[in-house]
Amino acid sequence: MSDLRASGPGLPAAPGLTKRHVWGGIVVLLALVLAWLVFTPVWPDWLSDILISKKAFVSSILNGLTLAGLYFLVASGFTLVFGLMRNVNLAHGSLYLLGAYVGYEIANRTGFWLLGVAGAFVIVGLLGIVLQVVVFRRLEGDDLRQTLVTIGISIVAADLMLAVWAGGTYQIIVPDWLAGSLTLPVISAIKSSGDIVYIKYPLFRMVVLLLAVVIGVALWLMMNRTRVGMMIRAGVDDREMLSASGINVHAVFAIVFAVGAGLAGLAGVIGGSALSVSPGEDVRYLLASLVVVIVGGMGSISGAAIGALLIGLAEQMGLVYFPTYGIVVTFLIMVVTLAVRPQGIMGSTS
Amino acid sequence: MSVEGLSSVTPARGDLLSRIGAGHIVLAVALLLFPFLASGFFITQIGAYSLIFGMLGLSLMWLAGYGGMVSLAQITIAGVAGYSMAIFGENNAGVHGFGWPWWILVPVAVFIAALASALVGWISVRTSGIYTIMITLAVATAMHYFTQQNYTMFNGFPGFAGVRAPTVFGIYWRDPMPFYFLCLAVATLSYLAVLYASRSTFGLTLQATRDNPRRMRAIGYDVTAHKVFAWFLAGIIAGLAGVLQVWFNGRISPGTINVAAAINVLIITVIGGMRHPIGPFLGAVVVILMQTFAIDLVGAERFNTLIGLLFLVIVFVSPDGILGLWERAKPRIAPGSLRSGP
Repeated sequence: MSDLRASGPGLPAAPGLTKRHVWGGIVVLLALVLAWLVFTPVWPDWLSDILISKKAFVSSILNGLTLAGLYFLVASGFTLVFGLMRNVNLAHGSLYLLGAYVGYEIANRTGFWLLGVAGAFVIVGLLGIVLQVVVFRRLEGDDLRQTLVTIGISIVAADLMLAVWAGGTYQIIVPDWLAGSLTLPVISAIKSSGDIVYIKYPLFRMVVLLLAVVIGVALWLMMNRTRVGMMIRAGVDDREMLSASGINVHAVFAIVFAVGAGLAGLAGVIGGSALSVSPGEDVRYLLASLVVVIVGGMGSISGAAIGALLIGLAEQMGLVYFPTYGIVVTFLIMVVTLAVRPQGIMGSTS
Repeated sequence: MSVEGLSSVTPARGDLLSRIGAGHIVLAVALLLFPFLASGFFITQIGAYSLIFGMLGLSLMWLAGYGGMVSLAQITIAGVAGYSMAIFGENNAGVHGFGWPWWILVPVAVFIAALASALVGWISVRTSGIYTIMITLAVATAMHYFTQQNYTMFNGFPGFAGVRAPTVFGIYWRDPMPFYFLCLAVATLSYLAVLYASRSTFGLTLQATRDNPRRMRAIGYDVTAHKVFAWFLAGIIAGLAGVLQVWFNGRISPGTINVAAAINVLIITVIGGMRHPIGPFLGAVVVILMQTFAIDLVGAERFNTLIGLLFLVIVFVSPDGILGLWERAKPRIAPGSLRSGP
């Protein structure tokens, strides 16, 4: 993440301690503590008393990271669309759910899971283009009405999806080569006989995390190393100027909307495979995207990554350590962020 | 008071009818006569229910129309009042239920709701414009999930049942007729309060901060304080609606304050129109009539699609809702009404 942070508005290299040094120090310290917690073979008793058990702690961290990966996939599309078009797409959760259903249908009928993932990305992405061309272009410059329209779309979409796929819960079957579990080099306990018990974790969840990292890096490369990315970044800063310099802004908007919607669809399949698909998930992931983006800073990909990590970890740790108050932890993170840094952690002050 | 002062009042009194407006008088008569002409079902399920949702819409209209803050948390604030009624009053869930008498209970519930509203306002006014929708939606969703997960305070998924309206002056206030008039009275008061507040100094200041916060700040107004106070006032109206709603349903549960309900309030307000406080009530009548009778129209349960489509059409065609349509249609219906004099 350090490279992403360095690309932000940097402070001049000053002698002595800068704000960034302090933050960097805190992050390194936390990472060291975490590494010690994870790799110490056996926890002392007082630590187990506080954190229940090493197994519970490590798996809540892993679950948190996996969830963060999923949240990042959903929220990155959301923040991309917001950053460029100033359009809060409240139908983003519906795109997630639609992607999940489409992926389920394709994977179920063809038997190829990867085809389901690709199909959901393409189909939901194309739908994104249709939405952009048919709906948002007509209401350009009117943020509030655009947002209201996305609410209307999400209502109709939720109802139609309910009509097609009914209220049941679906599980997208993961192919064999992704199923099963992975033995991690982390010791959970040492038996009295001297056998070492290692922590096992579902392979697919690790894949989710890996995929989120890969897509995050790919997005970063697209934004910072390609011509389209350059146009998008220019559009975020000054839309009128970009169009005045002879670039077809509508094409850029359509591409961004397609990528953003496609990512939501892809995340739907991933989420539907790792967890499950059912009506109501649209609202859950919309909330997740909202909070992640508010915390991380609107329109910033690296902000979405940081926000997703915070929220994913908070949610899973909350589930283990403060059951029934888990959502309050998430909420507090949001409120504290807004109080201290209203534009979000990586948000720009404009 | 000098003689001059007194005499200057007289023409204003003569003007009273025109100041109130013929529309208001016709409306008042119709609303007062309505329960005597309608069945019990229409009185409560349509009449009283529309008035309650109209009040929720009114609190949103006050924030959005005059303050420029589109909130999706109004149902949540009503829910705070509803949950307060259940927790401090009576319920048959066996959790809490302190059994306070209604005349302490209602003000306390409304006050807690207003405080909650001010808190939501304080959180959301740190950012502005389109962000308010996002933050209030996050607040509403978080609150919904919290009440659903938490059993020690909110009794989780089932929520609280058995919240009864009081019996005062020998009248049980949940009977159709008294309940309708109770709702009508509270709604009318809220409506007049918003109408008055919008023309008061505070209301004008609020509208100025909506139009140009930077300039207002430069003049020396505390923009944040004004907005948070506007949220507090909106919270009083939403809280009153929440009290009536919990009496209406007899229960409160996470389902009452879910995202669909939050969006419902927004739909009502947008369909009605945010230009004038009467808009949300119009919207409430239209939406609730539709929700009640759409099943006969489109069969099965696809009425959400119908509502969603109507909402989309209104947003596309007339940003000011039914009020906007009316404003456009008026000159065509009565061209003379615009120019009364020669």
